[in-house]
Amino acid sequence: MSQVPIENFALACPVPLAQYPHVLLAHGGGGKLMHQLIGKMFLAAFRNPLLEAQLDSTVVEWTGRKLAFTTDSYVVRPIFFPGGDIGSMAVHGTVNDLAMSGARPLYLSSAFILEEGLPMETLWRVVCSMRDAAQRCGVQIITGDTKVVDKGKGDGLFINTTGIGIIEHDRMIAPQSVRPGDAVLVNGDLGRHGMAIMAVREGLEFESRIESDSAPVADLVRQLLQAGIEIHCLRDLTRGGLASTLNEIAEAAGVRIDIEEKSVPVREDVHAACEMLGLDPLHVACEGRFAMFVAAKDAERARQIMRDHAVGAEPAVIGRVAESSMPLVTLKSVIGASRILDMSSGEQLPRIC
Amino acid sequence: MKYLDEYRDGERARQLAREIHRITTRPWNIMEVCGGQTHAIVKFGIDELLPKFITLIHGPGCPVCVTPLEIIDQALEIAARPEVIFASFGDMLRVPGSTTDLLSVKAGGGDVRMVYSPLDAVRLAEQNPARDVVFFGVGFETTAPATAMAVYQAAQKGLKNFSMLISHVLVPPAIEALMSSPNCKVQGFLAAGHVCAVMGYEEYPPLAAKYHVPIVVTGFEPLDILQGVLMVVQQLESGRAEVENQYTRAVQREGNLPAQDLIRKVFRVVPRKWRGIGEIPQSGLGLNDAYAAFDAARKFGLADRQVAEPAECLSGLVLQGQIKPHECPAFGQRCTPEHPLGATMVSSEGACAAYYRYRRQTPDVAGKTP
Repeated sequence: MSQVPIENFALACPVPLAQYPHVLLAHGGGGKLMHQLIGKMFLAAFRNPLLEAQLDSTVVEWTGRKLAFTTDSYVVRPIFFPGGDIGSMAVHGTVNDLAMSGARPLYLSSAFILEEGLPMETLWRVVCSMRDAAQRCGVQIITGDTKVVDKGKGDGLFINTTGIGIIEHDRMIAPQSVRPGDAVLVNGDLGRHGMAIMAVREGLEFESRIESDSAPVADLVRQLLQAGIEIHCLRDLTRGGLASTLNEIAEAAGVRIDIEEKSVPVREDVHAACEMLGLDPLHVACEGRFAMFVAAKDAERARQIMRDHAVGAEPAVIGRVAESSMPLVTLKSVIGASRILDMSSGEQLPRIC
Repeated sequence: MKYLDEYRDGERARQLAREIHRITTRPWNIMEVCGGQTHAIVKFGIDELLPKFITLIHGPGCPVCVTPLEIIDQALEIAARPEVIFASFGDMLRVPGSTTDLLSVKAGGGDVRMVYSPLDAVRLAEQNPARDVVFFGVGFETTAPATAMAVYQAAQKGLKNFSMLISHVLVPPAIEALMSSPNCKVQGFLAAGHVCAVMGYEEYPPLAAKYHVPIVVTGFEPLDILQGVLMVVQQLESGRAEVENQYTRAVQREGNLPAQDLIRKVFRVVPRKWRGIGEIPQSGLGLNDAYAAFDAARKFGLADRQVAEPAECLSGLVLQGQIKPHECPAFGQRCTPEHPLGATMVSSEGACAAYYRYRRQTPDVAGKTP
C-alpha cells in the first residue's frame, strides 16, 4: 500500500499553536507560554463552564453538597530535596489545591509512573513520606495506579494525585469575588521551594542550606474561614510564583493589583541566591504559600491568624486591589517608583553576568 | 541584606535624585553601557526620579543582544549534531537565530544543557569522553576570564572532546565606535562596573579626552546608578570630561591583573561583528594560535556566513541609542518576549524586554502594546 504523502495529510482541526512545532519546557513553566497552551489547546478542546473557571480546584455540586475536585502531577528532580520529597509534595500540593477553594480535603488518589531500575528502597521512602503527609493532612489515599516504563523513558518516578474535598462554607472563593479595596496577603516568605530545588539540582552551594517551603495549608485556610475572615480569593503560588498568580487573578477579576515591594517577605538567603543567578524571587515557585484576597477590614486579623499558625511563617499584607479599565499588576519598587509586575514568559533563565 | 539593602535605600535614593535636580540646568544625554544597568534602571524606576530632561540612553552592553545572528546560527547547527553536548548560559537559549532557537533545538532532540560557568562545561567533557562538548562562549570582559580559564584547564587536562564557539566582545572599542558615529547623541557615559572590575579603567582617559565625554565607572544598584548619574552631570555642568570611579568598592584603576594575564594567555584581539551595529575593529576576543584546537567553528568546519536580520527589527538603532525600544513599530506588536524578532527583546538585560516587562503602563509605551 502506498503511503499518503505527509503534505496531503490533514487533521480535522489545525494544530492551534503553529509557532511552536514542539512542546518546549517553557510550556510547563507557569508563564505566558503555558497559559497560551492551556487556553488554545486544552480549554479550546474540552470547553465547559466548570473548566473555564480555571480554579486550582473545580467546585461541583452533588446532591445539594459542594465538592472540590483537582488533580496534579509531580515530576520534581531530585526526588529528595532539602525540606521535602516528591511524596510529601504530591500530597501537600493536591491538598493545597483543594484548600484554595476553601474545601476540607477528604480523599486522594495516587498514580505512580515508575522507571525500570528504580531502587525499591527509594520507592518505599517516597511511599512512607506520602503516608505520613496524608496523615498530617487528615486525608486518605483511597485509589491508585501503577505503571512501569522502560529504563531511560522516565526520570525515576512521577506521581499524579487527584483529590476530592468538601466545601462547608457559603463563600464564593474565586477571582470574580475580588473587589477594589481588597487587601492582598501572602502566608509566608516567598521563593524558598524553587531556590532549594535549583541549589540541589545545579550543584550550587550557598552559605546556608535553603529548605523548601513545602507544607499543607488546608488547616490554616479552615481556621481563617472559621474566624469569619471575609475571604474573596485564594490561589497557591506554585509555578510562576507570585507574579504569575497575581496576573492570573487581575486578568480574571478585571482589576489592578498594586504591590509594595518592600512588604513582600523574602528571606535573606533566598534573596541572595536569586540576586546571584539573576532571578526574581517574585517569579520563583513556592509549595506551601498562597495569596489571599480579603476585605480590607479583615486584613490585619487574617495576618495574625496566619502568623500564629504552624505553617504561617512571616505572613504579610503586600498590597491592595484597585479599580482599573485594564487588568494589571504594579509593583512599587524599594526606591519608590512604580512599574509593571509581569508574568514570566516561560522558565526563568539565569543570566550571563 | 548586607551589601544590597544599603544600596537600595529609598530615602538615600531620593536625596541623590534631589541633588541631581538641583545641579541640572539643561538637557543631557547619558548612556549606561551595560545591560545590567539598563535592567536596574527600568526595574527600580530610577529614571522616574531624574529630571525630565536628563535622558538615559540604553547602550549595547547586553552580551546576548550583540551576539551576531551568524554565530547563533552556527550554535544551532552544532547543537543539533547527535554527537554534541552543547553547553550554554541560560539566557542564550531563547535567542532567535534565523530560523529557530536553542530551546527548540533541545525540544527537537538536541542535547542542549544550561550551565552556570564555563568550567561546568569542562567537567561535562570529562564525564562524557565519547561526546563532543561545545561551550557557547559569549559575553564581555566580565565573563572572559572564566571562559579563558575553561580553555586553559581543558588544555592542561588534554581534553580532545571540548571546544568553544566564541563571540566575546570588548567594551572600549564599542564606545569608540558609538562616539565616532555622526548621529551620536551621547554626552556622557556610565561605564560598566563589572567590566572594569576585570579590566580596570586605564583604557578610558584617551576616549574621554578625544571625544570630550565624561566617563564614570558605575555599579549596578539603584544608589550606584544615581550617584554615577550625579557624577556625570556634575562634570557636564562644569564642562569637564574626565574618568571617575563611582564603583570603588569593586573597581581599581588597574583592574584584576591575574584575570587579565589569563585572558592574554588564551585570547587575541580580533575584529568582531556586533548584532545590530556591524563590525567593529579590534572589538572581540578569539582564541590565539596556541589554543586554536579548541575553536568549535574550526573543529566542525563551519563556513563563514552572512545572514540578514529581519527587516522589521530595529534593535540596531536601539543598541546605538538612536531610538527608544517603544519607538520601534514592531515593539509589543509583532515583537514580544514570547515571540522576539531580535535579541534585545529576549534577554532580561535587553532594553526592549525591559521596556516591555516593566513599562507597558506608561503612556508613551502603552500605546504600543496590545
